[in-house]
Amino acid sequence: MELLIPVIKISVVLGVLLGVVAYTVLVERRVAAAIQNRVGPNRVGWNGLLQPLADVIKLVMKEDIVPKQANRFIHDLAPMISMAIALITFAVIPFGDSITLFGQAIKLQIASVNIGILYILAMTSLGVYGITLSGWSSNSKYSLLGGLRSSAQMLSYELAMGLSVIGVVMIAGSLELDKIVQTQHGWMWNILLQPVGFVTFVVASFAETNRHPFDLPEAEPELVGGYHTEYSGLKFGLFFLAEYTNMVTSSAVITTLFLGGWQIPYIGLAGLPAFWVSILQVLAFCVKVYLLVLFFIIIRWTIPRFRYDQLMNLGWKVMLPLSVLNLLVTGLVILYL
Amino acid sequence: MTVDAILFFIVAAGAVASAVLMITGQNPVKSVLFLIVNFFCLAVLYLILHAQFIAIIQILVYAGAIMVLFLFVIMLLNLGTEEKHVDALNMKRSVAVILSCIVLFLILIAIGLPAAGTGGLPASALVNGTVETIGRDLFRQYLLPFEITSLLLLGAMVGVIVLAKKHFE
Repeated sequence: MELLIPVIKISVVLGVLLGVVAYTVLVERRVAAAIQNRVGPNRVGWNGLLQPLADVIKLVMKEDIVPKQANRFIHDLAPMISMAIALITFAVIPFGDSITLFGQAIKLQIASVNIGILYILAMTSLGVYGITLSGWSSNSKYSLLGGLRSSAQMLSYELAMGLSVIGVVMIAGSLELDKIVQTQHGWMWNILLQPVGFVTFVVASFAETNRHPFDLPEAEPELVGGYHTEYSGLKFGLFFLAEYTNMVTSSAVITTLFLGGWQIPYIGLAGLPAFWVSILQVLAFCVKVYLLVLFFIIIRWTIPRFRYDQLMNLGWKVMLPLSVLNLLVTGLVILYL
Repeated sequence: MTVDAILFFIVAAGAVASAVLMITGQNPVKSVLFLIVNFFCLAVLYLILHAQFIAIIQILVYAGAIMVLFLFVIMLLNLGTEEKHVDALNMKRSVAVILSCIVLFLILIAIGLPAAGTGGLPASALVNGTVETIGRDLFRQYLLPFEITSLLLLGAMVGVIVLAKKHFE
């Protein structure tokens, strides 16, 4: 029984996450089509709802091509690293308060660890290996350039990301994510207390997930396909899925840190039974995360890509000073008010 | 054997194997990868000792930042497999053999000595690894060394910038 509950939690979270990711690909294509005044994929199933299934079948059936001069082992390993790291970040994210099922209180979080935020930062910083190694192992100049760009970009934005989280940690007084959510009761959401930290964290998240306008590692006009130029079939599909998983995961992290996580303001006043409150809170978490995912998608189809020097200037000359300033002001306010 | 002990032997074997493979490998990128595996094994060893903070910092700083930089430089220089130039290394090799013998001798002496702390971890160690206790110790008991370290790092950073600028002008 001790082992059964975590196993159930892990399988439910992984299943829901992968399902959401598969449909996010479809949502992205439909939203892009709407923005560009097209129809988008609507042939497979009702309104194109079976499109993810068709995509997976297509990817599985395709031939796996590995360049002759490539390092076979690392070429195979790189997409696995990308996908695994995108998935395991979800282990520390609380998606609800505890719920009572069959007379047993179950915490709606896979692992509540003492070092919650540091774990997330460590995992995002490891995510770069998948891309960098795929770029190196393909033995192609476009892939290598994509890999180099991604490692430089991730190192530059990691600092701003880490520093903008510290403001949240100072307010909550803990690194544990469930405690951070609990301090954001009512309207005490960190987006209102830490607006600058929120903006820097969201921009850094875009850069860390390699999403537009920071998708320099796979800039099609210059680098063919960037780091995954030499990938095909299911391995390409893994990179594709990892990108969308990263998007969902970082939306969940932003929700937890800045948008109150599973909190619904003043839900206690409604007088609902505890079980339904828990269900509503989980739903609230999912809605918040998905609104952020839609925000990620809409940004991609509205803003042009940065040039490489603009990216570096933004990272080192704007984001880093801003987050240090935010840290200083937060510290002064906590100390003297 | 407890779960901790079994885990310790597996991870320790992994750490030793990856360290050996890192040194013997010809390809620099593979060496970097084995070093990362080694860091992960060390992080698990820290976790077994309930030092969560040090474990995650090991991954965050060494595996997540420093090794990315290593990989970046190796990829940028596009280093191929190392050529063997044994003759030039004769002098270095003999020094290395002597140094290794001394280290091995010291380790054997340390194994022979009566163990200082038998009977596992003291109960206080269970809470010593958390962020709270490390922060409290760092900013109270060890405040002066901590600040001096930060000054040293600042000096090193200024030095690096001066060296890099001289190169461009």
